[in-house]
Amino acid sequence: MSTALVPLAVLMGLVTYPWRALPLLVPGMHRLPAGVRLYLRLVGPAVLASLAAVNTTVVLDAQRHPSFHVGWEWLAVALCVAIVALRRNLFLGLVVAVAAIALLRAAGVAPLP
Amino acid sequence: MSVLVFAGASQFAAVGYVLGGFSWLGVVVLTAFINARHLLYGAALAPYLADRPRPLRAVMAHLLTDEAFALSFAHFRRIGRGDVAGYWLGAIGSTFIPWNVATLAGVTIGGSIPDPNRFGLDVIFPAAMGGLAVGLILGRRELVAAVTGAIAGVAVSLAWDPAAGIVAGGLLGPLAGMAARTDGGGRTLEGPGDEPGADQSAGDEPDPDRPEADDPEAGLP
Repeated sequence: MSTALVPLAVLMGLVTYPWRALPLLVPGMHRLPAGVRLYLRLVGPAVLASLAAVNTTVVLDAQRHPSFHVGWEWLAVALCVAIVALRRNLFLGLVVAVAAIALLRAAGVAPLP
Repeated sequence: MSVLVFAGASQFAAVGYVLGGFSWLGVVVLTAFINARHLLYGAALAPYLADRPRPLRAVMAHLLTDEAFALSFAHFRRIGRGDVAGYWLGAIGSTFIPWNVATLAGVTIGGSIPDPNRFGLDVIFPAAMGGLAVGLILGRRELVAAVTGAIAGVAVSLAWDPAAGIVAGGLLGPLAGMAARTDGGGRTLEGPGDEPGADQSAGDEPDPDRPEADDPEAGLP
């Protein structure tokens, strides 16, 4: 196993940690105005939904140019979301999503994006 | 990398960039850009952890991921206060250990699996993020924030770059959520110490149909 990329990993860790640590370590973050606290409360659903949507509908080519993707992956993600909304069971949702897309690909219906 | 960076999206992107022959500087800048969303996560969790020792918070920060945030934030909101043990459970038990064990497995035996995406493994991440988002939606404001975040994220991703799209979704979604009228659709539990149902923001009416009205576990994925 090569260790040539360990310094790169260290650098990546060094630029990631401040994003995580600054808000937790800066004094006064617990005395924020109500409006700011409401905003921060809504960050979670917004970022997570954005991550889900972008990773389902946007694909990158070799030059990292984005393009819109329509595929059966939408159905798989929607199934998971529906199961979590109805049953409050993320594990079941993930199993169903993976099984659905695996079956569709095995049947030749859902090509890889 | 999985131990030092511990941020899946940037790790996947870095692998692609390294294989593509990009400079290390480019990879590091991209990593900083992709992981900028953690600033929002830390800010959202900070009020719940303000009374914890600073060194402890410094360690907790390294383990702050999408998954750890979603699990712990839902947990903190449900119980109305910060919970260090609950945070460790989500950050280490549910994320750090499985992520690094899976990374090790991928390094050692991954080559024997011809094409993992054949088995649908590529949908796990977006499906998990969608499911975790649903777990945080307790009313109309969260729903509006999520839908707006998704739309803005995709739009900016297509116009510019997915990393920018995700940050844009995280910034614009909450603004739309704040502007949304709750019309009885939203509980507004603002932070630590607030009792569930005790705090309704101006103009909100209690919603008897909201899930957590009779289910204390609602909201958790």
